[in-house]
Amino acid sequence: MNFPVLSVITFTPMVAAVLILLLPAQRKNEARAVALAAATFALILSLWAYFNYDQAAAGYQFVEKYTWLNLGQLNISLHFGVDGISMPLVLLTGVVMFTGVLISWGDDHPHVMAGIQDRPREFFAFLFVLASGVFGVFVSLDLFMLFFFYEIAVFPMYLLIVIWGWIVTREYAAMKLTLYLFIGSVVSLVGVLVMYWVAGQNTGVYTFDMLQMEKAGFSQTFQDIWFLPVFLGFAVLGGIWPFHNWSPDGHVAAPTAVSMFHAGVLMKLGAFAALRVGIMLLPQGAQTWSWLIMMFAAIAVVYGAYIAFVQTDFKYMVGFSSVSHMGLVMLGFSTLNRDGLLGSGVQMFSHGVMTALFFAVVGMIYDRAHTREIPELGGINKIMPFATIGFIIGGLVSMGMPGFSGFVAEFPIFMGVWGTQWLVAVIASISIVITAAYIMRNIRQVFFGELPQKFEGHLTDITILDKVAIVVLCLFMIVIGLFPNFMVPLVQTGVDNILRLLGGA
Amino acid sequence: MFTPTVFASILPEILILVIALLVLVVEPFWKEEKRRNVGWLVAGSLLLAMVISFLFGQPGEPTATLGGMVRFDWLGFFFKQLFMFAAAVTALLLMENEKVGRRGEAYLLMLASLIGMNLMASAGDLVMLYLAIETTSIPLYVLAGFMLADEKSTEAGFKYLLFGAMTSAVMLYGFSLLFGFTGTTDIYQLIGKLQPGIATFGVLALILVGIGFKVSVVPFHFWAPDVYEGAPTPVAGFLSTASKAAGFAVLIRLFFVAFPDFAPSWTLALAILSAVTMTVGNLLALPQTNIKRLLAFSSISHAGYALIGAVALSQLGAASVVFYLAAYILTNLLAFGIVMAFSRVTGLEDLKDYSGMSRRSPWLALMMLAAFLSLAGMPPFGGFVAKVFVFAAGIQAGYVWLVVIGILNSIVGVYYYLNALKYVYLFRMPEQDEENHPVPLTRPYVIALAVLAIGVILIGTVFAPWFSWSDAAALNLF
Repeated sequence: MNFPVLSVITFTPMVAAVLILLLPAQRKNEARAVALAAATFALILSLWAYFNYDQAAAGYQFVEKYTWLNLGQLNISLHFGVDGISMPLVLLTGVVMFTGVLISWGDDHPHVMAGIQDRPREFFAFLFVLASGVFGVFVSLDLFMLFFFYEIAVFPMYLLIVIWGWIVTREYAAMKLTLYLFIGSVVSLVGVLVMYWVAGQNTGVYTFDMLQMEKAGFSQTFQDIWFLPVFLGFAVLGGIWPFHNWSPDGHVAAPTAVSMFHAGVLMKLGAFAALRVGIMLLPQGAQTWSWLIMMFAAIAVVYGAYIAFVQTDFKYMVGFSSVSHMGLVMLGFSTLNRDGLLGSGVQMFSHGVMTALFFAVVGMIYDRAHTREIPELGGINKIMPFATIGFIIGGLVSMGMPGFSGFVAEFPIFMGVWGTQWLVAVIASISIVITAAYIMRNIRQVFFGELPQKFEGHLTDITILDKVAIVVLCLFMIVIGLFPNFMVPLVQTGVDNILRLLGGA
Repeated sequence: MFTPTVFASILPEILILVIALLVLVVEPFWKEEKRRNVGWLVAGSLLLAMVISFLFGQPGEPTATLGGMVRFDWLGFFFKQLFMFAAAVTALLLMENEKVGRRGEAYLLMLASLIGMNLMASAGDLVMLYLAIETTSIPLYVLAGFMLADEKSTEAGFKYLLFGAMTSAVMLYGFSLLFGFTGTTDIYQLIGKLQPGIATFGVLALILVGIGFKVSVVPFHFWAPDVYEGAPTPVAGFLSTASKAAGFAVLIRLFFVAFPDFAPSWTLALAILSAVTMTVGNLLALPQTNIKRLLAFSSISHAGYALIGAVALSQLGAASVVFYLAAYILTNLLAFGIVMAFSRVTGLEDLKDYSGMSRRSPWLALMMLAAFLSLAGMPPFGGFVAKVFVFAAGIQAGYVWLVVIGILNSIVGVYYYLNALKYVYLFRMPEQDEENHPVPLTRPYVIALAVLAIGVILIGTVFAPWFSWSDAAALNLF
């Protein structure tokens, strides 16, 4: 494999961002076209990589390694590679990036404020810098580079929310989000640097290469002390309770494409980094503290679902449902067994696509109806049948209905939890009922029901680009639901590797 | 006595002197309107001087020349290149300053100060060191108060002079006591000649006062905000970058070479100074509404971050300080350059005046984004890598508490840097007619800012060569 597919995927958005910035500010459509071209290119490449990943060989593939700094006790390399856990996430990023650009294109109808009309050049440039950071984290096998890309993925959020966000809360939400994430990441940074020096002392090899650090032989005490800061620092971005507070505020304030990116991909970034650095490098620490993570996650699952249930703001509802579903990912991590980890791996992809779809639909409705209050909406089905179908499919995924990706993901998680703590499984399963309740209620209230008088004649249907985005997102949820083989064996290979590190099977 | 090595060891200074003489000869013959072209002359020839000294003035094994007065090593060499780069950029920025840039004396004073800085970085003897510090400072006092008609500028010049004279007298007292105790002024002979005791620590404290003033460490920072605000902006930029870095060059050379025996005491003192400096600088930056004062407090806090590397007292620590300073010089010059470019057109310096800037001049706004995010320590800009290396050195040396304080401070930093960017990107001008108020950039600005912005990104992404040089420089200390 000579073609450096991973670095091309990672740097495509970055290059596109620079190209877009070089265009004159008035050429809005050209900026959008470049963005769409780059996103399509990245999606095709990630699909190509996904189907060319050799599941029989497993392990890290498409590996590229370039020495970046090699000096005395500092060894940093640009070391890329994907395994069964990160490959689906790379694909997820490609999908969300592609659909995000479609959604942001804009609609020139007088009653519609859809898409990005104000400074699209800067919008796409910042969004793509963020996308580059996200790809970089998923493919990095070097801890320094992982951190580097992680921070690149965090700071554009501030600008994207504060400039193009919902005018009411954007300043507050953007700063809150950035500070939460930055605090989380720097707490992890301290842990990462301590791990670096201790690993060097233990093995005599000073390197940020995670494949080397896996063999560092950290003592039990060391792992017990440093697991929590490292894991929780990253998990803040994964929306773990009790540090989830930034996330619904951030989702709601962000413009549609950024909400999609944020809930769909960025929260996976946190969960992924917590898994990769926290659990895989400090496995014994993970075993010590798994009860605490399980408790946090179980609370997030039920509490998030309950708060989502009582929301009247459509977007807040979706935001809290994200907290609940990401809680399931963390719950799967905390089991540290095959079923739980497998479910989490699939859930990260499934939830990413599902929540991106939710936010896309919410954004389409808000752009046209100019309200997100659930009681004020109704009868959307008559005007946007396509969006309705999309939301219903997303809702079925969210409820864990068999035949959709949500079932494939959530079933193993609950199996895994049952195997370790049956009581937690029982408590967490309450969330399924609550989720079903609020999804059903919303479908009835928002999409069916009476169309309020004030919307008569004002609402327009979604654009063709929006429809394409919905189709793409739904496609993945249905394919995984009907053909679990599309993803499950792949994730399985990644899980095997984690179990090896955990010392089990 | 005047061998090629001796010549090479002071080659940059000789070249700067030649440039200064050239300015002195040429400038009076140019008409008033053309005098700003001295800036082109100075910047171009400084660049040439950098190339020449890079080709012919590279040090080999560290040697002492001119009777031990000058050390010829990579540490000095790397800093000299940095200072000359900073001076070249400052010359470009000076050109566009109406009140200062049309007078040849400004360039001449800057060059004189530059010679002083170069010697600060390479001085191997206390006498030379003191002379170098004064050669650096006195022209800067004049430059800070250069705009005689402007009350704030005069005040800045006087304040800087009073503080500078005071602290340098204290430091000189420390130097003379040091000579009294050891019988030598050669920095490289001092080691082992001092007895531990209260008197020695007193001497170290006196010297720290002088250096602390140059790098504006709390509690010797009081001059910085007023001087930065009052002085002509290019001068403030020069003060906050090159002058500060020169102070650090002295700090690491003197303390790493001469006093490693007393390390636990002065590294602890430095650690406390570092913690206080970061915290005070950042907390005072929070309420600022004037962008130059904001940058002044932020530059105080950056001195605190860089000190973490010095506290570590290891090769990695020294290398990370040098690297931090390189990244910081580029970043802060960029920030000051943007402030200059903006206030030249608008005449305004408050944060609220930056409202709508991204619509008035998207490129200037992007460069400001780069500068401020780099100051905040975000990749892919230089500030991120520099901070990580400094923190890594701190943790390696066991100063986890200091790194934690540094990290808490960078969170505060993120808050106010992003807050400033909010004005640039979110808020709008009162009439929302940004199209009618563009911020045109003249050629010197375009060149200077583009070079700096590219530099900030390069040092943050392709950091291996820069760090290798920093490491080679640090190697000379051990």
